[in-house]
Amino acid sequence: MIYLRLFYEFFKIGLFAIGGGLAALPFLFDLAERYPWFSKDQLTDMIAVAESTPGPLGINMSTFAGYQTGGVWGGILATFAIVLPSFLITLLVSRFLHKFAANPLVEDAFYGLRPAVAGLIGAVAVGLLGISLFDGARQGLLWGLDYKAAILFAALLPLVFKFKKHPIVYIAAAAVVGIIFKF
Amino acid sequence: MKRLLQIFLAFFRVGALTFGGGYTMLPMLQRETVDKTGWIEEDQLSDYYALAQCQPGLIAVNIAVLICRPLFGVSGAAAAVLGIATPSLLVILIIAVCLGNAAHLPWLGHAFAGVRVAVAVLVIQAALRLLKNGVQDKATAVIAAVSFIVLLLDAVNPVLIILAAALAGIGARRLTKRREGSGK
Repeated sequence: MIYLRLFYEFFKIGLFAIGGGLAALPFLFDLAERYPWFSKDQLTDMIAVAESTPGPLGINMSTFAGYQTGGVWGGILATFAIVLPSFLITLLVSRFLHKFAANPLVEDAFYGLRPAVAGLIGAVAVGLLGISLFDGARQGLLWGLDYKAAILFAALLPLVFKFKKHPIVYIAAAAVVGIIFKF
Repeated sequence: MKRLLQIFLAFFRVGALTFGGGYTMLPMLQRETVDKTGWIEEDQLSDYYALAQCQPGLIAVNIAVLICRPLFGVSGAAAAVLGIATPSLLVILIIAVCLGNAAHLPWLGHAFAGVRVAVAVLVIQAALRLLKNGVQDKATAVIAAVSFIVLLLDAVNPVLIILAAALAGIGARRLTKRREGSGK
């Protein structure tokens, strides 16, 4: 029964992948090796689609992988299966957290965690900037700096900081600019 | 029921406007749960991110549950998770069924190349907001700088960085308390 197997495998990924959607990747490559569901090439395409479509990466990938295996219901089932363990575990963690939130040890731990999260997300931002401004495949002036993307970046940066508009405004504008100027 | 729908829609918007992993969701989460509704404080969002990172499963799901369970109970948490997952399900299934591999459509490629630039700018702004909140003194400035550099160099797993930062926070607070104690 392929749906049962699909549920079992994606439940396991949801249970053991620590650190978000990217941490699920090694598990998906393992699936590609063990089952005839999808190939590693298909998986690479899947990552490209999942990265560039709306929605959290992990949910996109499980939907896509499930669809390749068992059609529309496979996609829905795989997503449900990958979400279920973190949903249940986080309910417990959340309960525990609110019991101990006033504990000085927990408070001190969060005193250290807050700047660390800011640092981590800062590093993610730099990584995203590298991906969006530099064309890895093209070698040239300034190590393949994509000048169109750089101009868009320079234009968006002051706008985002000055006007506190909803992110969708900037995302939609950037998509239109991308299409018009063939990024 | 109206409350559940409101939660579902807020997280639906977050899901629909996230491009990439759980981290790129931060600007949208700040907007929906801190600025617009005041459900949580900036500090809490940062705490939840730290926890979500260390737990198994998808960061998006973990964050949604951590925000909504204390406020709206289990049903609220379920509505949030459903909201954050639904846009992905719809978009990916439509793409898979109708377009085959959409990555090969040229104009869509151009659009997403533009979107990636905007996402980078938005995440930079979100990170600076957290930085303003999290860095209060020398110790926290060092923790922020070290975790930034270590992750940038891709030297260790982020889970280890989070665990080390928690220990560093406890250690730094102990030291200042001891110093204050001996100063008296």
